[in-house]
Amino acid sequence: MTNITRDDVLHLAQLSSLQLADDEIDALKDDLSNIVGYIEQLSELDTEGVGPTYQVTGLQNVWREDTVDDGGVGRETLLALAPDQHDFQVKVPKVL
Amino acid sequence: MTKISDYRGHTARENVERALEKAKSVEEYNALLSLTEVRALERADMVDRGEITGRLAGVPFVVKDNFLAFGAPTTAASKMLANFNAPLQATAVEKLEAEGAICIGKANLDAFAHGGSTENSAYGPTKNAYDTARVAGGSSGGSAVITALDVVPFALGTDTGGSIRQPASFNGVVGVKPTYGSVSRYGVVAMASSTDTIGCFATTAADAQLVMEVMAGRDDKDMTTLHEDFYGAEQVKPGQKIGLIKQFMGEGTDQEVREKILAYAEKLRAAGHAVEEVDLPIVKHTLAMYYIIVPAEISSNLARYDGIRYGYRAEGVRTLTELYGRSRDEGFVTENKRRIMIGSYVLSSGFFDAYYQQAQKARTLLIREYDELFETYDALIGPTAPTPAFGIGENTNDPIKMYLADIMTVPPSLAGLPAISVPAGVSQSGLPIGVQIIGPMKSDARLLALADSQEEK
Repeated sequence: MTNITRDDVLHLAQLSSLQLADDEIDALKDDLSNIVGYIEQLSELDTEGVGPTYQVTGLQNVWREDTVDDGGVGRETLLALAPDQHDFQVKVPKVL
Repeated sequence: MTKISDYRGHTARENVERALEKAKSVEEYNALLSLTEVRALERADMVDRGEITGRLAGVPFVVKDNFLAFGAPTTAASKMLANFNAPLQATAVEKLEAEGAICIGKANLDAFAHGGSTENSAYGPTKNAYDTARVAGGSSGGSAVITALDVVPFALGTDTGGSIRQPASFNGVVGVKPTYGSVSRYGVVAMASSTDTIGCFATTAADAQLVMEVMAGRDDKDMTTLHEDFYGAEQVKPGQKIGLIKQFMGEGTDQEVREKILAYAEKLRAAGHAVEEVDLPIVKHTLAMYYIIVPAEISSNLARYDGIRYGYRAEGVRTLTELYGRSRDEGFVTENKRRIMIGSYVLSSGFFDAYYQQAQKARTLLIREYDELFETYDALIGPTAPTPAFGIGENTNDPIKMYLADIMTVPPSLAGLPAISVPAGVSQSGLPIGVQIIGPMKSDARLLALADSQEEK
């Protein structure tokens, strides 16, 4: 059975943009090991020559006109949702 | 419990005031996260002045708090969206409002709909309508309980792997998970886009039919909605052939649950339908498929919560990377993190074929097994859940045990099939038990007609 290590947890957390607190890591290590251990059973199923199903309705290429539509929501309404804003722009900490 | 028709002949204000009063009297269940009182009363007066008319004029309802709706924040029961005031409303809510229905509040759920008990809510668990020491089921637990407590005649939920059917079963109400693509998901917090559906709770199958009929249909804002209209009410077809899924009637299923399902099958026979045992051997693999595909889609859908444009932003961060990482760590509950990280795992290069691709191939095999059965059978039945409602705290330390509560509801979700849960009686200790009725794609109205024909009038 796959064993998820502490390093694996930290790697997955990084891939997932989660900065875990120290006390979360060990519990997640055990939980993720158990979950991966469970889902691994699917390898027993013979799927040779079977195609994947990514969606179930068979709808393909649903088109619409490429027109500008604000969905009834203005810029100010959306900007008001941002935790921090300045001069009609969303404000974030220094990037570089 | 009241039906939609019981609300006719009263003013909308009377209906809404009664519902609000009742909602306040059942606060101990923690079924609602907010009331939309001011807006609800305003809309009630509009209905009473004749400004809004329709098939649901003056009928109060509740939405699961992952539907964007005006009048209160849309939290998805998370800290991440604690103060999120929706700038628009979900299409489903708009359609109900256009028919005169009035939203009075927003119901508790597992945060971001990740869970099967409503214990993963950032605002505490919802208690079962029949026994407050037990779970409501989930993730749409609040909607199920508020319907069962007779606060409103119907409530909206979302069902990705059982989140309407299982709590419906645990609280003795009707729960509908429609054919994938029936109802627009525009304005609903996304979880797993290939199985997310929008449905409802009601006290009768006929009421559920009406609510679904109003909500269903193509929406230009959700390109996955089906183009044809198949939700018109139907009469029950006599002499149906119904398969009882053998795999769900074995040792793993509670004895009392099995007895109630067999009793329901007998009732169907007495009404002139043929019921026989059928095989669906692949179901032993479906939970593994589900817990690969769904976390994969979750990890992608929940990437949008970054603390930048809306939602929770951690305090005192100095860099952008820290802002993302800490906002997400503090804004999500543990189960959200488990699923996001499992999603990242199964989608990682090197693991993609072994997990994600394998699960999507297995899904094809599941659909084939259903297709074969539906060549012979009009519908399939079985339990909605292996047990009645379990105790609060009983499964919280064991994610796998919690996931196993979904084992019967997950298969139709992966295949996109319509499935409903209807009450099949109560256990000796007084807990409701539900029977699940599953049909081929677009047979929703036919399933509801069958359920309606079995209700005691």
